[in-house]
Amino acid sequence: MDVVETEVREGVDRETIETVQAMSGKYKHGWETDIEMDYAPKGVSEDIVRLISSKNEEPQWMLDWRLAAYRRWVKMEEPRWAMLNYPAIDYQDQYYYAKPKSMAVKPKSLDEVDPKLLATYAKLGIPLKEQALLAGVEAPEGGERKVAVDAVFDSVSLGTTFKKELAKAGVIFCSISEAVREHPELVQKYLGTVVPQSDNFFATLNSAVFSDGSFVYIPPGTRCPMELSTYFRINAENTGQFERTLIICDRGGYVSYLEGCTAPKRDTHQLHAAVVEIVILEDAEVKYSTVQNWYPGDENGVGGIYNFVTKRADCREDRAKVMWTQVETGSAITWKYPSCILRGDDSQGEFYSIAIANNAQQADTGTKMIHLGKRTKSRIVSKGISAGRAQNTYRGLVSMHPKATDSRNYTQCDSLLIGDKCGAHTVPYIEVKNNSSRVEHEATTSKVDEDQLFYCRSRGMDEEEAVALVVNGFCKDVLQALPMEFAMEAQALVAISLEGSVG
Amino acid sequence: MALAQTKTDALTARTAALTAGGSGWLGAARRDAVARLAAMGLPTKRDEYWRYTDPASLTSATPTPAALFDAGDEAPAFDGIDALKLVFVDGVFDPAQSDDPTLAGVEITSLSQADGVDIHWARDIYGVLETRGQTPVQRPLATLNTAYASEGFLIRATAKAARPISLIYHHTSVTSDALIHHCIKLEKDAELTILENGPAAARVTKVMEVEVADGARFHHIRAQGRDHERRAVTHVFARVGAGALFKSFTLTANGCLTRNEQIIELVGDDGVAHVAGAAVGDGTFHHDDTVFMTHEGQRCESRQVFKKVLMNGAVGVFQGKILVKQGAQKTDGYQISQSLLLDGDSQFLAKPELEIYADDVKCSHGSTSGAIDDTALFYLQSRGVPKRMAQSLLVLAFLAEAIGEIEDEAIAEDIRSRLEGWLQRHEH
Repeated sequence: MDVVETEVREGVDRETIETVQAMSGKYKHGWETDIEMDYAPKGVSEDIVRLISSKNEEPQWMLDWRLAAYRRWVKMEEPRWAMLNYPAIDYQDQYYYAKPKSMAVKPKSLDEVDPKLLATYAKLGIPLKEQALLAGVEAPEGGERKVAVDAVFDSVSLGTTFKKELAKAGVIFCSISEAVREHPELVQKYLGTVVPQSDNFFATLNSAVFSDGSFVYIPPGTRCPMELSTYFRINAENTGQFERTLIICDRGGYVSYLEGCTAPKRDTHQLHAAVVEIVILEDAEVKYSTVQNWYPGDENGVGGIYNFVTKRADCREDRAKVMWTQVETGSAITWKYPSCILRGDDSQGEFYSIAIANNAQQADTGTKMIHLGKRTKSRIVSKGISAGRAQNTYRGLVSMHPKATDSRNYTQCDSLLIGDKCGAHTVPYIEVKNNSSRVEHEATTSKVDEDQLFYCRSRGMDEEEAVALVVNGFCKDVLQALPMEFAMEAQALVAISLEGSVG
Repeated sequence: MALAQTKTDALTARTAALTAGGSGWLGAARRDAVARLAAMGLPTKRDEYWRYTDPASLTSATPTPAALFDAGDEAPAFDGIDALKLVFVDGVFDPAQSDDPTLAGVEITSLSQADGVDIHWARDIYGVLETRGQTPVQRPLATLNTAYASEGFLIRATAKAARPISLIYHHTSVTSDALIHHCIKLEKDAELTILENGPAAARVTKVMEVEVADGARFHHIRAQGRDHERRAVTHVFARVGAGALFKSFTLTANGCLTRNEQIIELVGDDGVAHVAGAAVGDGTFHHDDTVFMTHEGQRCESRQVFKKVLMNGAVGVFQGKILVKQGAQKTDGYQISQSLLLDGDSQFLAKPELEIYADDVKCSHGSTSGAIDDTALFYLQSRGVPKRMAQSLLVLAFLAEAIGEIEDEAIAEDIRSRLEGWLQRHEH
């Protein structure tokens, strides 16, 4: 345990040093784990859907649900409205299921998992041992800070930590495949109610072929005793990852959920199409934070993850609250719009985002705030940073329905351009259908302030350090919204993602 | 992808009674437009660019009849301004009601007069700026106009015009369907003001192509008439040269459907383009401002200022874009779209976009929507201002930024008095 912790601490120190000295480290999670894998045959078909379902030992209703989604999907067209430019994806040239051989017989606990797999997570700085702390965070006074982790490796969940302690509080935290088997009543009641099967091309594909992901249930009146976290790792080549996360926060509950992702460096593009559904009932609150650090491809745009994600939270009852925070630094293509449906009266949605695109990366990301209930509030703070030849788009919708009286939205989108070959775009949709609500939208685009840079340089920083510092300042509003564990990682990530963008 | 059958069918029906005639340069431009239009078809509500405005009544085979409107004792817009008047009745030029089209520093020819010759200055403008404005978004109704419009003027200013040109559009037939196409060219350092006024017809499809050469100054102010039932789609395509100025202001009061598109390219360095609009609507009022501002030259300045006051279910739409191309450094772009919803039934739908490919730029946009500020209203009432007057004051203050874009004070005052009149007539 101590070993893990020191190694992680060293990792953080090394990151800081890397940033300061602007070394050419670039993507630091680009290594792969050499491990024997079981693949389903390439491509997607009804047989593959059946195979995935049977591998997960699913009941008939789950298979039927998947097949219905698949039949819909084959009739759908891939959306191309985003400001993203990529060659056509061959959906038959991917593996839809890859599982480490050692996981053939499901281990009863993490202690039985192949040490090679565990080492992968240790190397990434993810504590799979209970009571281990995340990267460089001091335990708060008078108690230890705990994070429960669900580790997803390609198509399967390796295991979940702190299960017993969470169970004591009534919290269910497990892989979705396990939830389908063990809590079918909850899954059946909520799955697909926030992101329906027919929602969009990628969500429908996910509904058909999702292999694993996390499931969280917070019982009424329960404050989850620790942060929950899922760590996604794509390892196998030519394999798409399709995880599905379902979070249900019952009346008066609270949970803070973290999500992290990385993948090895490869020359081919890999597909990642996830769905996250969050159901929030009366007076409950969910905080969902993501640090997305998929492999972004090299300077010339070779390789990298294509990230097409549908995330949505449904504030189904009064005074429900959701907060999305995302730091998007990876992926060759990002297509992601975490949304809030503010159905209950007085419900609240918040969206804080940093999207960094460097080199040949392209990001089209933003949020939707659908105000249906009375006196609902939403706030959007989006910071886009473009460097190299990257294109970064904020795309968002704020919709005030006629019945959402006395509601409020504030949106701020700022873009920062570093270099004269990149692009920064803002595409907001604002739909106001009643007059007692106030909607405000502001957006600015600018470059890194010369005066601030000059000041930093005059204090002895080199240009790259100075830019990193100014950019971190630019992102401050969002970084502050992150849980502490992530804030530190994200801050370092901001600097690393911009390496090589200056001069 | 095959063009949707509905788009082609709509086009066939819409153009059944129209002919793209003419010989010489104009005939060639029209035939080119017919071919381009066939590849586009007519827009439908499913098109992203029409998501907030249903174009059905603009693309239907025949116009929806529109009752004539009597403005009562309100004088026509710009009546007190000394200008050269050119009058159209239901979209057809009426020389009897018009002034003799001669003006020092300006050359004025009607579209029909320019037909038949092989070479004309307008050859480099007619349909040319419109074609440039078709990417990245198609505007088939403008192409329809290029193909089939037979009315309009070709106006070329070679120096500072002695007085403004006032284009007046009367509406006298409940089923009139007008297609009007103007080309305007300002030579180097010339200056011209164009005023437009009136509803034109039950349905009007209008295009104005404007070339503003280096150092020239163009002012455009229009009032779109108070006919409740008219439908209008207008397009302004402009190319603004180095150090040149383009300014356009539109007042829209009433009208059940108005779509004003302005597509402006700042091609030279140090150019300035300002577009502004004030719209006030009550009941069945749907007003759409769609602006596409492209910065190509360096150190250019652009402004988009649009204000809408809406009540009783009126709908206001704003789709604005600032595109800054690579190399257009030191661009200063600003865009504001605001709506004041006077009651709970009205709607404001906005899509203010930025697309920026240059780093040393200052671009921002803002968009707000809300009701009259209760505290401001309370303050005014506490100072003894009656509620109705206080509301009018606040509405006019809200619109002031847009009206402030008009440089000529006499014209601005004319617009202001019209808005005051509208507010008095539309109590809330």
